[in-house]
Amino acid sequence: MKRAGLAALFFAALFVGWELLYRSGFWSPVLLPSPLVVGRYLWEATVDGSLLSATLVTVKRLFLGYVFGLLLGLPLGLLTARFRVLADTLGLLALGLQALPSVCWVPLALLWFGQTEAAMFFVVVMGTLWSVIIATDNGVRNVPPIYARAARTMGSSGLHTWLWVIFPAALPFIVAGMKQGWAFAWRSLMAAEIYVTILSGFGLGHLLHYGRELNAMEQVIGIMLVLLLIGLLADKIFFSPWERFLHRRWGTAK
Amino acid sequence: MSLADEVSVEAPAAKLSISGVSKRFVSGQRSVHALDDVSLDVGEGEFVCLVGPSGCGKSTLLNLVAGLDLADSGQISADGIPINAPGRDRMVMFQEAALFPWLDVLGNVMFGLRRKPGLTDAERREVAEFYLRLVGLEKFHHAFVHELSGGMKQRVALARALAPNPRVLLMDEPFGALDALTREQLYGDIQRIWQQRKKTIVFVTHNVREAACLGDRVVLFSPHPGRIREQFKIDLPRPRDINSVELARHATAITAALKNHVRPEAEVAE
Ligand SMILES: Nc1ncnc2c1ncn2[C@@H]1O[C@H](COP(=O)(O)OP(=O)(O)OP(=O)(O)O)[C@@H](O)[C@H]1O
Ligand SMILES: [Mg+2]
Repeated sequence: MKRAGLAALFFAALFVGWELLYRSGFWSPVLLPSPLVVGRYLWEATVDGSLLSATLVTVKRLFLGYVFGLLLGLPLGLLTARFRVLADTLGLLALGLQALPSVCWVPLALLWFGQTEAAMFFVVVMGTLWSVIIATDNGVRNVPPIYARAARTMGSSGLHTWLWVIFPAALPFIVAGMKQGWAFAWRSLMAAEIYVTILSGFGLGHLLHYGRELNAMEQVIGIMLVLLLIGLLADKIFFSPWERFLHRRWGTAK
Repeated sequence: MSLADEVSVEAPAAKLSISGVSKRFVSGQRSVHALDDVSLDVGEGEFVCLVGPSGCGKSTLLNLVAGLDLADSGQISADGIPINAPGRDRMVMFQEAALFPWLDVLGNVMFGLRRKPGLTDAERREVAEFYLRLVGLEKFHHAFVHELSGGMKQRVALARALAPNPRVLLMDEPFGALDALTREQLYGDIQRIWQQRKKTIVFVTHNVREAACLGDRVVLFSPHPGRIREQFKIDLPRPRDINSVELARHATAITAALKNHVRPEAEVAE
């Protein structure tokens, strides 16, 4: 509670500082609108439903692509860690592609899929997939062999060992990889949405783009605040519980 | 099988027979002759301690008996049945506790039980609780591994190894990292449990006193290549006190033999 209070105080101070900066008239209001103007934009966009629908469009794209990337990446990472052939082929490919900034997939996706949902999906999957493969592979390779040996003496073997020993033992790495995959996917989706209009749904990136076209700084900043909020919420809802779990079990919390 | 059977009827201890076992490790240019023509018989319910300097193949032999590795030549059998894979009849307690951090204490002890057929989940739980009580950790069911002290970890590892009711217990320097006081406590525990549960135990240690305190027999190894040099019968009454004078006499004799067999020139062999 005390920490939440401190955070609230901090952000309140930021807004007050911003308002003071605006009032000083040092920058043109076109470049730096008042937080109240931004607030009004957010309020109006919420009331007319455009903000909510754009958020839904974006979050849905992100969620679908991310979950698919995870479901594909986790088993592939386990397989590259298990089979030398796959490590030397798919593993190497993943290593290369993971280093590729994921926005680079946008032009390719547009050429392949056109301005469609499929292109968005593809971009998000590419952002997620490679980091998850690499992290899972790396995590498995870092599992102390003694765990698997101990499990063998207790009658575990094959798939059982992979599911109940190797996978949980690699979890700290896997969760870190999931988080990185999420960050990559989120960034590339925004780039794609800003870059190109997809007629099947206007996401937050499009609103950001139109804000620029219309020179509506309050819209640009407002949408950025929403993006920031989504990032924070995702972290708190999806990743914090995992990280708490790991810290509690592995004793890595400070 | 009922719970009562599971925890009260001791599994009959097994007889181990190791004959002419050799094992080499080859890595790149180097080849280490870890075990050379080792033969050893362990009787039913016998407590045998393996001592010897570092690198003489004690862990290697234990791993072979566990079925975790395979010998290059020779035969290892339990009750006449050749060993070529791990089995629940032979449980291992490793040097580092090797507990699973993602499970709590109870979960760790349950791990092997879950793989054991013929028990309901409730029975498995009761069995696990029984062994945690036996090692004095009944208050720590839901503690996580990192919350335990070194001695408590080894106790959990002991409970985990005992839980599937194995016939043979293989212990690889289980108390090596512990302080003297904790170790003494565990000597008491292990002797009591051994007598109650009637297991065949092979126990590896560097500590000669520890070996003399626990073993019916102490087997002395020498390195490069790993061989059995001498065996000592320890026929002191139990429970034994590690600080007793008779025990010290045995330990002194074994230490002298150990020094005798491990000359510096042995190091240059191979
Ligand atoms: N997996 C392995 N690969 C290569 N060499 C090994 C391997 N395991 C053991 N060795 C070698 O075999 C020899 C015997 O090792 P082992 O672990 O059995 O010794 P030990 O008697 O248990 O020693 P310590 O008391 O230090 O534990 C050593 O020289 C070691 O270097
Ligand atoms: Mg050893």
